[in-house]
Amino acid sequence: MSATHTIVNLPDQRTATLPKRNYLNNEDGLLSWLFTGDHKRIAILYLISITFFFFIGGAFAGLIRLELLTPQPDLVASDTYNKFFSMHGIIMIFLFLVPSVPATLGNFLIPIMIGAKDLAFPKVNLLSWYLYWIGGLFTMAALVLGGVDTGWTFTTPLSTHYLNTHVVTAATGVFIIGFSSIFTGLNFIVTIHRMRAPGMTWFRMPLFCWSNYAASILMVLGTPVLAITLVLVALERLVGIGVFDPTKGGDPLLFQHLFWFYSHPAVYIMILPGMGVISEVISTFSRKRVFGYTAVAFSSVAIALFGFFVWAHHMFIMGVSNYSALVFSLLTMLVAVPSAIKIFNWAFTLQKGSITFETPMLYAFGFLGLFTIGGMTGVFLGALGMDIHLTETYFIVAHFHFVMVGGMLMAFLAGIHFWWPKMTGRMYPESLSKLAAVTTFIGFNLTFLPQFILGYLGMPRRYHAYPPEFQVLNVLSTAGATVLGVGYMLPLLYLGWSLKYGAIAGNNPWQATGLEWQIQSPPLTENFIETPVVDHEAYDYEWLAHKTAQEVTTVG
Amino acid sequence: MDNAIVATHPHTHETAVAAEHEHVVLPQHRHHFETKEQQREAATFGMWLFLLTEIMFFGGLFFAYLLYRNWYHDAFVVSSNQLSIPLGAANTAILISSGFFMALGVWAAEVQKKGLLVLFLVLTTFFGVAFLGIKAVEYHEKWEKHHIPGAHFDVSEFINPQAYGLKEKPLAPDMAQKTQVFFFLYFAMTGMHAFHMILGIGLLFWLTWRANRGEFSSGYVAPIENFGLYWHFVDIVWLFLFPLLYLINRHPGS
Ligand code: HEM
Ligand SMILES: [Cu+2]
Repeated sequence: MSATHTIVNLPDQRTATLPKRNYLNNEDGLLSWLFTGDHKRIAILYLISITFFFFIGGAFAGLIRLELLTPQPDLVASDTYNKFFSMHGIIMIFLFLVPSVPATLGNFLIPIMIGAKDLAFPKVNLLSWYLYWIGGLFTMAALVLGGVDTGWTFTTPLSTHYLNTHVVTAATGVFIIGFSSIFTGLNFIVTIHRMRAPGMTWFRMPLFCWSNYAASILMVLGTPVLAITLVLVALERLVGIGVFDPTKGGDPLLFQHLFWFYSHPAVYIMILPGMGVISEVISTFSRKRVFGYTAVAFSSVAIALFGFFVWAHHMFIMGVSNYSALVFSLLTMLVAVPSAIKIFNWAFTLQKGSITFETPMLYAFGFLGLFTIGGMTGVFLGALGMDIHLTETYFIVAHFHFVMVGGMLMAFLAGIHFWWPKMTGRMYPESLSKLAAVTTFIGFNLTFLPQFILGYLGMPRRYHAYPPEFQVLNVLSTAGATVLGVGYMLPLLYLGWSLKYGAIAGNNPWQATGLEWQIQSPPLTENFIETPVVDHEAYDYEWLAHKTAQEVTTVG
Repeated sequence: MDNAIVATHPHTHETAVAAEHEHVVLPQHRHHFETKEQQREAATFGMWLFLLTEIMFFGGLFFAYLLYRNWYHDAFVVSSNQLSIPLGAANTAILISSGFFMALGVWAAEVQKKGLLVLFLVLTTFFGVAFLGIKAVEYHEKWEKHHIPGAHFDVSEFINPQAYGLKEKPLAPDMAQKTQVFFFLYFAMTGMHAFHMILGIGLLFWLTWRANRGEFSSGYVAPIENFGLYWHFVDIVWLFLFPLLYLINRHPGS
């Protein structure tokens, strides 16, 4: 193996086989999957479902960009365009970003990482997945029946009064999906509190668990507020009463408060679990304990708590008082602090480490770059004056795509590649996966960097036509989206291929320290034959080296 | 097998065997918990968290209520006078009784008295149903007076109370319209509460059936305990709704 790939440690491929008994082949048949209580199988169910919705949401992104290729509205009429970006947003936010890392990787890994046999409530876990699908089908129904054109924010009174679309159906869908995420969060919190193996103290827990724990707090506290808000929207539409509708004595600002009370924290629901992935990947591929472990752990919780106090920065132009705008502007700046702590600590970890560039690490570097840009532009937006100039322009679109797509999606892909050998027992093809990582990065920048400029120049978002002088940048953006699309398709293809033809991965291809790497790949249904007793910190590579030496002497 | 390397502590093996042993004794013991105690703690903790989400859920409604009560104070006063304090008070008493019997039920489960447990669960259910019955009477009355928000809502009573034999002070037409906001919130909040009661009563039937089969008479009481928490939570929500909707500030400026 070449010098840059010193970590990958595969068993001898001529003799290696997958373990005879594992969670995948433990029981056969579709029904054994549909009624499973095994957190690992549920994770796989989620992975398939989420990928499915991701590509539907992606198809809408493609249509949006196609329409914006030319300044004239030549592909679709404006209300169809509105439906496109609404469905794109609703699907990407609620059916992809929110559940992505927690429901797939979190479900799979959290019990194993803390040495438990399963999540605390396996049936509730399965129920979450069904709720996800029922909600997803409602959303799809809204689409098929004629679409929603409120954007993913369901802004009133637009959503309650003026439009005659399938707001109620879509809101019902999102309401149900909300309960799916509440139950996932609840399950994680209880599991982490009550089911850690002996010796697995809070400060021996992998940072992935910490960040999912923090995200779970947000899910449990924030999502119900969204749920009740949507109930009110739906009721208001159905009976025609003003809670939010000013013509009937309601107050649209109330909607804004309730909605953003959820939706600002929701961006952290989306990003925190991704940050957890990045901590694991960076530590493994620089062979170092994450610098400032405790600070990184607490910063997750800090982000979660601060996240509840900044919602009104979405409302600067909506008539909140100057005084409260100022307070919220300052609070918003404060949230940047724990995020920055993480970035600096990752940077320090890298600085001292012996780094190798495996595919997950490439994605993690992508994350660091893109998330930093997204985060910094967020600080611009938190600044009151800037926000008033830039809000509702493409600057916003670029900002949140840098954070969400550049950040979260990179982290998701990093995590999928990192734990793929554990989940399936097989490796993915290395050069293709690196090609995909690089393609994604290039495509991403080509798509969204022009949008910062467009926004700065004043191109508003949510319009299907624009002045001709914006065309060059829009063409660049659409070209980038095409490259990006290829970047996302590639993993789908080669990961699928690897299921059958990938090299046998063995238990610990990355020589990583987490408990999940100490058990077989793919794991047994019960994860551990005997409950492990943990006597070392997370990321303790000396312990690992010692353990491996022992293993060699006893086995060899 | 590599698993062995992580888990070679002799002590754990014993606990694992002990857990295995309990598994046989206690059919309710789920495989993935180490001990019965752990399972019980997890269930209770999960229930508390769930109730926290419920607080946030109702919190949104309370927030809306407080905001509009300030804005449309006069309309809210006049509308709340439309609610019947005797019925509301009767319902409060009924719900407290129901909660009381639920608490006794939890006690009966803990001391493993099957007959008493079933009795108390039935009484809890009975008072729960009575509560909903009275609620239905109140809703029906609103229907007859055209106070259901939406198409048939009628504000003439608030604009011209004398004509209806009421001693309220008349409201300007636009303020009178705001009474709809009150009634909307009234129905949203009590409706949400009633919905929780209906779910609870469904669960009570199921628990009573299981209690009758003797499932909770052997020291396994987590479902009863956790349902008790839920039921008390629903009671407590009502204890906020009753004063907010029925009682406070009925006669401003007088
Ligand atoms: C191929 C990549 C993508 C492209 C080209 C793209 C393009 C766009 C565009 C142009 C808009 C703005 C519509 C408008 O406001 O006028 C938009 C909105 C949005 N996108 Fe994407 N997108 C892509 C991927 C994603 C992904 C992967 C996610 C989430 C993971 C996402 C989440 C969103 C959200 C939440 C909105 C807001 C929708 C709204 O304004 O209501 N996008 N996207
Ligand atoms: Cu925000």
